[in-house]
Amino acid sequence: MTYPVTVPVDDTIDETLDSAVATSQPGLMRSAWGLWRTRIGVALVVLLVGIAIVGPWVAPYGASEFVGTANMRDVPGTWLGTDYFGQDVWSRFLHGGRSILFLATVSTLIGFLFGSAIGLIAAYNRGRIDDVLMRFMDVILAFPQLLLALVALTTVGPKPWLIISIVGFTTIPRIARITRGAAVPVVERDFVAAAEALGESRFRIITRELLPNVIGPLLVEANLRLTYAIGIIAGLGFLGFATERNAADWGLMVQENRVALSVQPWGTVLPAIAIALLTVGTGLISDGLSRTVAGIDRGRPDS
Amino acid sequence: MGIFKLIIRRLLLGVATLFVVSIAVFLLTNVLGDPVKRMLGRGALPDVVTARRAELNLDEPIVNRYFTWLKGLLTGEPGVSYTNGTPVWELLSDRVKNSLFLMALSSAISIPLSLFIGGYTALRRDGWADRVMSNQLLVLAAMPEFVVGAFLTVIFATNIWHIVPAVSRIRPGESPWSDLDGMILPVATLVLAVTPHVGRTMRAAMIEVLESDYVEMARLKGLPERSVLWRHAFPNALGPTLQVIALNIAYLAGGVVIVESLFNFRGLGIALRDAIPEANAPVVQFIAMFIATIYVISNLMADLFTIIVTPRLRTRLQ
Repeated sequence: MTYPVTVPVDDTIDETLDSAVATSQPGLMRSAWGLWRTRIGVALVVLLVGIAIVGPWVAPYGASEFVGTANMRDVPGTWLGTDYFGQDVWSRFLHGGRSILFLATVSTLIGFLFGSAIGLIAAYNRGRIDDVLMRFMDVILAFPQLLLALVALTTVGPKPWLIISIVGFTTIPRIARITRGAAVPVVERDFVAAAEALGESRFRIITRELLPNVIGPLLVEANLRLTYAIGIIAGLGFLGFATERNAADWGLMVQENRVALSVQPWGTVLPAIAIALLTVGTGLISDGLSRTVAGIDRGRPDS
Repeated sequence: MGIFKLIIRRLLLGVATLFVVSIAVFLLTNVLGDPVKRMLGRGALPDVVTARRAELNLDEPIVNRYFTWLKGLLTGEPGVSYTNGTPVWELLSDRVKNSLFLMALSSAISIPLSLFIGGYTALRRDGWADRVMSNQLLVLAAMPEFVVGAFLTVIFATNIWHIVPAVSRIRPGESPWSDLDGMILPVATLVLAVTPHVGRTMRAAMIEVLESDYVEMARLKGLPERSVLWRHAFPNALGPTLQVIALNIAYLAGGVVIVESLFNFRGLGIALRDAIPEANAPVVQFIAMFIATIYVISNLMADLFTIIVTPRLRTRLQ
């Protein structure tokens, strides 16, 4: 989850940005790849995304197929036994990653697109537009993401479009702030003035001159937001609000099976490990990228 | 004196934010869907729906309803539950206490812990202790609370060791003191959820201070290291430190929902979880406003502390 701090953040962003502009441009990905944490992160993400995508095709049973007595560890024909409803734990695990991954990726993409656009426009235009946009962003930040999603779900029930909208919408200001902070010093540099003097359009200046110069911090933030989006959506699933009842979902599996933890731990432990590895993977990638962009690990005051 | 103006501006901004939040909460629980239809199901007869709407005062114009609700919130009468007509405050006052106790206990442990970890790793920066702890914090920070809590349960309560209870058992009307054992895992989970973020913030703040010119100056003057740390570095890290404490509380305000649900802790989080499938809007609205208020106040405190304590900021902002 994320929490806004208003006062000191801009300082650190400006600072990290100077080094980012100077060092990160051509080989950001390559230098990040040089760090072990990035490689481990990528490996974990590839593994889990692979399971989530391929899983449903290779699962021995259907997601809600009844295979035996509930909460048993040794059931013939199953790897890890049955869950609270007599369904195959291993098959449900293989089926349960897609929705989390889909919802988290799409909502982060929405936040990324709108957030970076708003941040760049605010940074380039400054003045009134900047003030209005950023004040509005501050208001959205005044509310925990998970809580807003829960409030919105109250009268509608678990609907994927709503989850994507809320998580995406609340990601926008977080990305916009970072983008704006990174773009403000770039706007003042000579090549932007040169492009203006050449009479290039605003759109072209923003996309061709500003965007490439803030892509480092932007990628770091987007990755971080993906980590949190996975956490929030898995949390919604855990509370029972991410999917329809009894759908296979890693978050929901933890909820369903935790009562029988002492007799049949797999139903809880397997999806919990999957979520943990996935979020740790994206977290490691963020850290690798941010070390490359900022030079050193300063932690994140805006986490 | 510009600082008072600034503080008042921040306070007004906080109030304005809460006002906007209240509009958002009210709209989200009224406009997106129809609580009555969700409560009664799709097959409900139109007559029944109309009667129920009238009973819950839902047929009044939304603007009037909003102001009635807001007035109720401010005067301590936040409406009645849709499902059984009990006043929301009567329904939730116990739970408010329980949740606040859970948050207070978790803060009391995680604040000193994260300050210590952050400060220590900053001082031993890039040493082995820093590397090990920073990596641990990174891994913990990425994982959602309920996953951490589930692992703790498996390890300490149900499968590997059986030394703490897996669920909390506070009965209605009893204080959380009656079941301190049952609070071990919820508190531990919240501490583990909060400490990485706050510890990393503290580490960053401390590194910033230690790299600053005035600390270097103090060292060059030949002051003993202890006096450099306590006289020069620590007072300047105090702003971020207080901020860390406020942030901590804001984190907890959001984290309790999930953690209470995982350990059946009888607090606001569970009440929220249970109110949502019932479309019990007044309960959801109250809890949302309560958590948002704690959240906004803590962030406000964080800002104010930072302004008051950091000399550099104080002068720059005047």
